[in-house]
Amino acid sequence: MNQTPENSGREVAIRLRGIRNQFGSHVVHDDLDLDVYRGEILGVVGGSGTGKSVLLRTICGLQTPSAGTIEVLGTDVRTADEDTRVDLEHRWGVMFQDGALFSSLNVRENVEVPMRAVAGLDPHLRSALADLKVSMVGLPYLAGDKFPSELSGGMRKRAGLARALALDPELLFLDEPTAGLDPIGAADFDTLIRSLSLSLGLTVFLVTHDLDTLHATCDRIAVLAEKKVLVTGTMNDMLQVDHPWVHEYFHGPRARAATASADELAQTGQKER
Amino acid sequence: MDIDITTSGSPVRLVLRGALTIAQVSGLTRRLDTIDATAPVVADLSGLERMDTAGAWALVTLRTRLEQAGQSLEISGASDQLVSLLKTVTDALPQPETEARHPTTLRTRIEAVGKAVVQTAQFLLALISFFGLFLARLARAVRHPSEFRLTALVHHCEDVGLRAVPIVALMSFLIGIVLAFQGSSQLRQFGAEVYVVNLLAISILRELGILLTSIIVAGRTASAFTAAIGSMKMREEIDAMRTLGLDPAMVLFVPRILALILMLPILGLVSDVMGLLGGGLMAWVDLGISPAMFVTRLVEGTDISHVAVGMIKAPFFAVIIGIVGCHAGMQVQSNAESLGRMTSSAVVTAIFAVIVADAVFSVFFAQIGM
Repeated sequence: MNQTPENSGREVAIRLRGIRNQFGSHVVHDDLDLDVYRGEILGVVGGSGTGKSVLLRTICGLQTPSAGTIEVLGTDVRTADEDTRVDLEHRWGVMFQDGALFSSLNVRENVEVPMRAVAGLDPHLRSALADLKVSMVGLPYLAGDKFPSELSGGMRKRAGLARALALDPELLFLDEPTAGLDPIGAADFDTLIRSLSLSLGLTVFLVTHDLDTLHATCDRIAVLAEKKVLVTGTMNDMLQVDHPWVHEYFHGPRARAATASADELAQTGQKER
Repeated sequence: MDIDITTSGSPVRLVLRGALTIAQVSGLTRRLDTIDATAPVVADLSGLERMDTAGAWALVTLRTRLEQAGQSLEISGASDQLVSLLKTVTDALPQPETEARHPTTLRTRIEAVGKAVVQTAQFLLALISFFGLFLARLARAVRHPSEFRLTALVHHCEDVGLRAVPIVALMSFLIGIVLAFQGSSQLRQFGAEVYVVNLLAISILRELGILLTSIIVAGRTASAFTAAIGSMKMREEIDAMRTLGLDPAMVLFVPRILALILMLPILGLVSDVMGLLGGGLMAWVDLGISPAMFVTRLVEGTDISHVAVGMIKAPFFAVIIGIVGCHAGMQVQSNAESLGRMTSSAVVTAIFAVIVADAVFSVFFAQIGM
């Protein structure tokens, strides 16, 4: 958000080259390349077991690849020293599938956790800023006092998002943001991600299964298959791809329903204008 | 970050330059707080390089304060991105609301005590009704043997009984040694070392053997029951059983509690034997009481009623441990914290209940003269 957008949208935020991940003899990624541009929302899709979440964990440093280079915001993650890495970690936020909130802290304290790393921040300011983040993700004020076990699944995800946004990261990683939400909650979450990414200028790396999310939020889509990123492009590009899995994914009955509803939305939007 | 505030004249001019992020927000709010809400403020953001939500929050808070005092904050020189960020923060600005706090008065304290008493009574009632359920299902198993899970019973007997033998045996052996050693050093003062045999026999056979075994089993087995049943409850396996026409009490509780009832007396016996063995060894080494002498004194000085008093308690303790463990497992909710909480509470409750029951038995046996 704070950088001057030189050749806007084409500046690379995440650059992966030749990534190889394997568990024992099971190879998940082999020679995988991917670029994520600054300011875009990239949706990563793929069948179960194609290593979407593994890829996300690899970029955040939770999983060490056996080969390849990872460059995030201009820093090589694997060769960076400790201090550089810590600085980098303050520039990204990760939302895990079920929020991954600390169960012994309430929501406000959870959001304050990353803020504690900021030197010289008054405690009452910190909690006021935490309240702001809680409210920005659409949670009611009193939710800040609640513990994760007292929240519904959708609220936990929102609280997890608030914690990921605590330090105004440039990069946001979302793991299955809409999984397990009802359609209304999922649509709300899509809108929330879209509007936050616009107003905060976020780059979003989003792993999902949800075709509606792809339609509603993502600028670009990357398909994981055959151990690499098979194809990247916009939704329209995806519809042209011949690969059987990709074709099945974007032309199946669910995909047709999602496309239809997205078209409908676009039309009503135009009429209103 | 560089802040210039020109208070002379109206409007007040506020010029911000540099970076305005969460790291600078403490200093920024301190400066902004010095602005009196007596004149309108014009903020010039044209020199601003970066601003995040924390910086925007500080400006929006200032604006709210000014507007409440009837003044205004005009923002000039902001880029489109800053304007949209300010708008996002303005829209999201939380409206603090507080839940009505109840002051602690004498009345609320008495109420809390009353609630605790009622909860305890309800807990005891629940345990008793759980025991009733167990008896009912046991009676049903007798009438319909085909519904009874023999394999599960054998499995739990192995788990509860056989696998506990090493730790129970070692513990009793060591307790026997300690008792003999401490007893002999006291009794030696008036030359009554030989009575160490009676001391060992009575304390181990009547009390310590079965009580310590029960405490070990409560720690080992009650927690295992709670964890096993609780994790099934968490994953809705118990609900699945009910919808499939299986009775959780018959399938899960009866084999477990029955296994405990069968195994605890045997473990108690093992404990008695090992305790006497350890005591005998110590008496031989330390006091020179030969094994033959030890056995003679043991048989002469110890009535069989001591063994009976110890063994009668075993099934009661077994029922207490089993009921507490299974009941706690059924109280687990769908989150992992409650599983941990109920497991530790099951162990504490089971050990406590066993000791209380032991005290009641002591008074009872004393009254009937056993």
